[in-house]
Amino acid sequence: MSIFIDKSTRLVVQGITGRDGSFHARQMIDYGTSVVAGVTPGKGGQTFAGTVPVFNTVAEAVAKAGADTSVIYVPPAGAAGAMYEAADAGIELIVCITEGVPVMDMTKVLPYVRAKGARLIGPNCPGAITPGECKVGIIPGNICAPGRVGLVSRSGTLTYEIVHHLTRNGIGQSTCVGIGGDPLIGTNFIDVLAAFQADPKTDVIVMMGEIGGTDEQHAAAFIKANVTKPVVGFIAGQTAPKGRRMGHAGAIISGSSGTAEEKIAAFAAAGMGVMRRPLDVVTLVKERLQ
Amino acid sequence: MNLHEYQARALLKAAGVPMFDGDVAATPTEAEAIARRLGGTVVIKAQVHAGGRGKAGGVKLARNPAEAAEEASQILGMQIKGLTVHKVLVVPAADIATESYVGLIMDRETQRPVFMVSAAGGVDIEEVAARTPEKITRLPVDPVIGLLPHQALTLAFTLYRDYAHVKAAAKIMEQLYTVFTGNGASLAEINPLVTTPDGRVLALDAKIVIDDNELDRRPDLAVLRDESAEEPSEVAARRANLTFIKLDGNVGCVVNGAGLAMATMDLVKYYGGEPANFLDIGGSSNPEKVIAALKIITADSHVKAILFNIFGGITRTDDVANGIVQATKQFKVGVPIVIRLTGTNEAEAIRILNGAGMKALSDMDEAVQQVVELAREAA
Repeated sequence: MSIFIDKSTRLVVQGITGRDGSFHARQMIDYGTSVVAGVTPGKGGQTFAGTVPVFNTVAEAVAKAGADTSVIYVPPAGAAGAMYEAADAGIELIVCITEGVPVMDMTKVLPYVRAKGARLIGPNCPGAITPGECKVGIIPGNICAPGRVGLVSRSGTLTYEIVHHLTRNGIGQSTCVGIGGDPLIGTNFIDVLAAFQADPKTDVIVMMGEIGGTDEQHAAAFIKANVTKPVVGFIAGQTAPKGRRMGHAGAIISGSSGTAEEKIAAFAAAGMGVMRRPLDVVTLVKERLQ
Repeated sequence: MNLHEYQARALLKAAGVPMFDGDVAATPTEAEAIARRLGGTVVIKAQVHAGGRGKAGGVKLARNPAEAAEEASQILGMQIKGLTVHKVLVVPAADIATESYVGLIMDRETQRPVFMVSAAGGVDIEEVAARTPEKITRLPVDPVIGLLPHQALTLAFTLYRDYAHVKAAAKIMEQLYTVFTGNGASLAEINPLVTTPDGRVLALDAKIVIDDNELDRRPDLAVLRDESAEEPSEVAARRANLTFIKLDGNVGCVVNGAGLAMATMDLVKYYGGEPANFLDIGGSSNPEKVIAALKIITADSHVKAILFNIFGGITRTDDVANGIVQATKQFKVGVPIVIRLTGTNEAEAIRILNGAGMKALSDMDEAVQQVVELAREAA
């Protein structure tokens, strides 16, 4: 088993004929993901990569190809619309890769998606991968290996770095989830931690946070109260200056709030293993896998 | 993107928020003319993206137009926290009865715009929040419905007893909410919101921060960016589509991805070095971006060594390698470069670098230790 995505996932790619969408659709197909449909308005009736039908709307992709999960590669101006459309079509899991979605749009998208009963991951995220089964998004498949460690992260390439350390040292992963670096996101640490806690195939959880906001502190409190599996944590941005947006829109220390120190202290108080650098993941996870 | 006070005032004024008349000046002559038009004593305020303008001498009173010109000539061109003042705002010196705080922020926790109001205005609201949080009233607004009349009134009643003041303040809150949502702000505040002895409620100072993600679809807001008020290297980086933040150390960093870029800076510190910058070359990097990144970093004379840390996913490591080789042919980098790359097209990248007499490492810790050592030797 795993969380959110597995062999049975039936994926529709929104923006499949675009530059990013087509590149990553091929990568996902090559990884073994069942990409059952693509959507690009005006290009319905075409076929992608010789096998994947392209539809004008997500509703058609659901009705005619049985899609239950969607991944969004459309540019920022159309991303909110794509999320509304997926939720309206009855998609259960929506993964939005797009970076640069206006936050004001997300204040309305998030309650809408929730009201439709769908889960949104992102925006501005690398997606998720269940090694050996299914990849939704842009995480390179070749650095992952099947196993029993669950990963959740606000970052993309930092996740790759840590997964790479694990895989090179013979430690596989159940599922890796990138929740995104924006201030307003659909799935937070707590949602993913709860899913890993309930997943019988996950034994140890690795959580990678960064400066800005209080999500990591809330997650630490949740772990203390509700997670019995061992959790190892990392916070990026220990050397970041205050008041500056460190690439990710959400990574900003406001006043005295959102610093790495307060997050690391929260991790320690929750009994988590704390990585001082990415490489520490290997030792800390090995100890907890017995 | 931070707006200057005069730009924030213009947005609020367009929404109908009452405020004292005033205007912005780029020369002492312009300041003098505004003071003459306003009549009486005026305040000259430096327009610069830094707190503590008053303490730095950037806010001055002038009793007549001649004094306004004199004070403006002192303030224009002065440095406040490293930033040069290019414009001043000239407003009447107001007679003030009370000062309050009214602000709206985009709140991550409730995922809504949240009002923060306090009768303790005119001071740093973060200090109020830290020391006396009970003095701040918070109200999340449902973005689908908007600010309801009774919510605006309830907030205003926490500020004033006089119902005329309450009604005026409630209207200002509705206008502030319109400005916040209509311009994609992440922060909009009036501090202070004042009452005058003759019973008016007015916005005296304003601060607005626009979500950078709005700027592509809002060219009218994008033009408000004042590049003269920013670090020149950061302006150059933005033009090259790089995210760059200058720091005080001597180890230059070029990384793909914001999280890995922060973790790289942290690792430099871990091994005893000091990062000179945050730099994210982004996902789909081309050689030109790498060249631009190297130019920006080497322009900082404090930089003694440069680290490339690239984990190829969407980013092709051969693109980065090509950029490094081209850059070193175009101009003299002058400091040692340590290159770590792994992932997409790694073998090709190593071939390109070796062909130009350069080496690549595959391990992040090894690369950071090496660059920290090189910077130490050169310092």
